[in-house]
Amino acid sequence: MTVGIVLVSHSPALAEGTAELVLSLTAGGVRVLPAGGNSDGALGTSPPLILDAVMRANEDGHGVLLIPDLGSSVLSARLLIDDLAEGVLALADAPFVEGAVAAGMAASTGGDLAVVQAAAKEAWSFRKDPD
Amino acid sequence: MMDAARTRAWLTAAARLINANSGHLTALDTAIGDGDHGLNLRRGFEAVTAEATGDTPGAVLKAAGNALIDATGGASGPLYGTFFRRAAKALGDAPEVDDAVFAQALAAGLAGVQTLGGAAEGDKTMVDALAPAVTAFAAGGDAAAAAANGRDATESMTARKGRASYLGERSIGHIDPGAASAALLFQALCSVTTD
Repeated sequence: MTVGIVLVSHSPALAEGTAELVLSLTAGGVRVLPAGGNSDGALGTSPPLILDAVMRANEDGHGVLLIPDLGSSVLSARLLIDDLAEGVLALADAPFVEGAVAAGMAASTGGDLAVVQAAAKEAWSFRKDPD
Repeated sequence: MMDAARTRAWLTAAARLINANSGHLTALDTAIGDGDHGLNLRRGFEAVTAEATGDTPGAVLKAAGNALIDATGGASGPLYGTFFRRAAKALGDAPEVDDAVFAQALAAGLAGVQTLGGAAEGDKTMVDALAPAVTAFAAGGDAAAAAANGRDATESMTARKGRASYLGERSIGHIDPGAASAALLFQALCSVTTD
């Protein structure tokens, strides 16, 4: 089983670049899909685009962790979680890049949706200046 | 009384007002946000005009909410989309409703917006125009004037939600673009309910 991950950013490049990073750090062992930008591919958010990525990330049926960056990404992610059946989708309360990498590692080692969600949240504690 | 035709008339009136004021909304958003509010909402309400049809007020508002969520492209899409979808849910499938029932539906919409966005009155958001307008509508008062007053009151507030909150006190002196668009929404509503 592998939990899917969808990266929701205002920026297509940021979502795609973060997905690339997660894939490389997990040796491709996780289904991570970018959902960045609006329907025109410009800066913004598109709930239909996110939903499409969620469906593709959930091909195994083990659920999907949504990782939003900020603003309307967060609102769109919350909205979709309300819309979909419970257990399909969880929201990552996490820093975008660090949370994505932590979630990717947890998913690639077989963690379930709750474990992957918790791993992302734990990324808040990765200090860069411990002092 | 609201039926499907009058509900649709509200939305098309709102779309016209949003379209006519889209430059102004974008200018407000350029001052304290990311400068896309007018453009986003214009796109969203174009989709509403095309897609918000149905046999009941609830059906029309639900279609409007879905259109806004799908087409808008910024935070206002999920927020206004939730406003209409929650109102639709409260209306159910009644073919027409009196103003008291419609007022309750608007209150449900407002509650949905506040749950999704986490904003309270005074945070310098659309809630500062929506909340007094919903209260005024329920009391049979002038909801458009209440929304406009709420919009104007955001000028002296410090933003605590959204992109403008990064500016902190530098957001003071600017009207919130979301409150400005919410005032247009209630201006449109009053234009179809006052006869």
